[in-house]
Amino acid sequence: MAIEIKAPTYPESVQEGTLATWHKQPGDAVERDELIVDIETDKVVLEVVAPASGTLTEVLKAEGDIVLSNEILARIEEGEAAVSPAKVTAASEPDQQVGDALVNPAAKKLADERDIDLSQVSGTGKGGRITKEDVVNFTPLAVPLVAASAPASKAPETIEPVMQEGERVERRVPMTRMRARIAERLLDVTQTTASLTTFNEVDMSAMMSLRKQYQDEFTKMHNGTRLGFMGLFVKAAVEALKRFPLVNSSIDGSDIVYHGYQDIGVAVSTERGLVVPVLRSAENMSIATVENSISAYAGKARDGKLTIEEMTGGTFTITNGGVYGSLISTPILNAPQAAILGMHKIQERPMAVNGEVVIRPMMYLALSYDHRLIDGKEAVQFLVAIKQLIEDPAKILLEI
Amino acid sequence: MSDKYDVVVIGSGPAGYVAAIRAAQLGLQVACIEKWKNNEGVGVNGGTCLNVGCIPSKALLDSSYKYHEAAEGLAVHGISTKGVEMDIAAMLGRKDKIVKQLTGGIAGLFKANGVTALYGMGKLLAGKKVELTDNSGVVSVIEAENVILASGSLPIAIPVAPVDNDLILDSTGALELGEVPKRLGVIGAGVIGLELGSVWGRLGSKVVLLEALDDFLAIMDKAIAKESKKIFTKQGLDIRLGARVTGTQIKGREVEVTYKTTAGEELKESFDKLIVCVGRRPFTQGLLAPDSGVDIDDRGSVYVNEFCATNAPGVYAVGDLVRGPMLAHKGSEEGVMVAERIAGHKAQMNYDIVPNVIYTHPEVASVGQTEEQVKAAGEPYNVGTFPFAASGRALAANDTDGMVKIIAHADTDRILGCHIVGPSAADLTQQVAIAMEFGSSAEDLGMTVFGHPTLSEAVHEAALAVNGAAIHIANRKRR
Repeated sequence: MAIEIKAPTYPESVQEGTLATWHKQPGDAVERDELIVDIETDKVVLEVVAPASGTLTEVLKAEGDIVLSNEILARIEEGEAAVSPAKVTAASEPDQQVGDALVNPAAKKLADERDIDLSQVSGTGKGGRITKEDVVNFTPLAVPLVAASAPASKAPETIEPVMQEGERVERRVPMTRMRARIAERLLDVTQTTASLTTFNEVDMSAMMSLRKQYQDEFTKMHNGTRLGFMGLFVKAAVEALKRFPLVNSSIDGSDIVYHGYQDIGVAVSTERGLVVPVLRSAENMSIATVENSISAYAGKARDGKLTIEEMTGGTFTITNGGVYGSLISTPILNAPQAAILGMHKIQERPMAVNGEVVIRPMMYLALSYDHRLIDGKEAVQFLVAIKQLIEDPAKILLEI
Repeated sequence: MSDKYDVVVIGSGPAGYVAAIRAAQLGLQVACIEKWKNNEGVGVNGGTCLNVGCIPSKALLDSSYKYHEAAEGLAVHGISTKGVEMDIAAMLGRKDKIVKQLTGGIAGLFKANGVTALYGMGKLLAGKKVELTDNSGVVSVIEAENVILASGSLPIAIPVAPVDNDLILDSTGALELGEVPKRLGVIGAGVIGLELGSVWGRLGSKVVLLEALDDFLAIMDKAIAKESKKIFTKQGLDIRLGARVTGTQIKGREVEVTYKTTAGEELKESFDKLIVCVGRRPFTQGLLAPDSGVDIDDRGSVYVNEFCATNAPGVYAVGDLVRGPMLAHKGSEEGVMVAERIAGHKAQMNYDIVPNVIYTHPEVASVGQTEEQVKAAGEPYNVGTFPFAASGRALAANDTDGMVKIIAHADTDRILGCHIVGPSAADLTQQVAIAMEFGSSAEDLGMTVFGHPTLSEAVHEAALAVNGAAIHIANRKRR
């Protein structure tokens, strides 16, 4: 009995996806719940698994094709997973290449000359046609896909450019969908907001000694969760946002939307790009919960398993360039939020305290804000509030 | 009384009427409002293009070309002609007949597709309501689920040469001249200026074109612009660049034009008629109520995104009213895109492959990027050219002015642009436009079999020349 393999139902905010990688070829045996294909959307990679065991008979979409919600991708003939002894030649080519109908003439000629298997080339021409350009730009995978075990095959595939020794080569790789979407959003936010950045510096010594003093007790009390800076920064941010609700707002058309909750996004860098999972109602989270959630998100992000829901929304974002060594920077707004806080490297500097020069661990803070909503005064005062809360953590607890 | 439609289109030029018909084909209830009235005061569809633009100018261009050929171009074939005369009234009459046939045709298409044709002035109010003031002055309000603004453009007026429809004309007036002016001045040597100058020049006018810019056809590929200027100058069009008109004076039945050159000289010249064609601007007068929600950008165009949606929900704008080249086919395809999007399809438009034509003889046409644009983008490229002088078909037709130029990316061979001046340039360019839509490389065109002997072969040879493989001309040594 033939079963259809369909793309999953996309969330409302996602209109279409791109078929990223086939993990199975027609003729291959598949087992129930085995990963068959990856679909890349603007935000995440969706995995499609086999609903039943059997043999993959037909593949209807090629890598690089646009895939809509619930679109049929392939068919499985249910039954005992029979391994076909000899691969049928048609099975080694994706189904859509019927003769040369979808390959431009010069592309075929070049592929023949360079001994390139056209079934491996993704077509960027109209309707998925393979153009000469696609063949020119084609780089075969440097190493074969790690075929060892199923978990390994779930890892996102990266195309390693093949660089010849001694040649001044260039490799042109089309942007992944996610990168293109990130580029689009960043350009959009730069053009549609009046973004400015205000700076301040914070003496981290109070927070650092707090951490040192209570780390062991904290870890023991909270089942191994370590006390980092992010937990305290998130709480400080929440407190400051309560005092400056405009910084926690967003623009919608000609309205300012004041959010009655603080959903704090925490930026996490992954191989595919920057993602910002959101801590929902952070004002209700304990420090331990914040720390736990952040490490859980970071793990998921690195594994490419963040869901779209986890990354949508957010009323304020915190980003930390300090882990990579950044001393000071101007973060870019995370649309449609009104502001973003940038944390940086903690660096010991000589500071003047009570008329004396002392060495203090200092961190520069940057607050980028949308001047359409927030005036300089508010932005500066908000950042000063954060600084004061960090420099005297008791203030966070006492809400003063 | 308030009618309700799925789509109300304001304007029935090529953008509006196409949008209306497509929307109706997709099952929507459509009304299309048109304010244009013909000489008898009756409402007619078709907008600028059909009534006073593309169509009438092409009719006159063809008529005048045939006259010119008959009077001067047949001797080489062994045909002697004398006493060839042009009956201007008949020429204009034929033009009017064609216009009438086509505008009537649109009314017919509307009927056939179930589009409600309304005549009068349409104004967009807030909340997707359209106020219609019909031709007898009756005002009513129409409700719409979607509104498409397609009110087009009008000629830009310059204070130094105010149009009086007597001696100083705009493009509309230039299509109605009852007799051939002895001396014709044209302000603006762009598409419209060259076409109108060609019409009357062929019929005997001494034509002077005054172009304020220093470059001829500045937005076209330079090599093609240069070749075109040579050809038009040879035809007798006096093209003066860097000539900025600073004033005009009516002296009896002449217009004296004062202009400044880039060198700083101030010169004067008198004409029997003067045509002002310095460009067109979007027509938004009376179109939008202050609270319509639609924004106008700083160029006077209605602001839209890449899908022609304005800032007002459910309101779209297409054609000359919005950004982009003011071309009828661009407007039409935008109209199709919007109609399809309203119907729920994910239509989009490829603005990178929009052909662009000047209907002089030889025609000048282009699609894609110019060599200057490719160079400015820093992309490595190759160029292939082929002169019509080397084309057997062109020689047989005694029509050998011009060349085909194709630009392709040096690494991927993808065709980036095609520019042609020559016989049937428009149709030949269209062939390359189709190839470009499919991501064609120059080699792909080179591998296509072209009939012989055809003018299209010039395209084939130019494509081969990109990679040094042209047969019918010596290939340039590769650098």
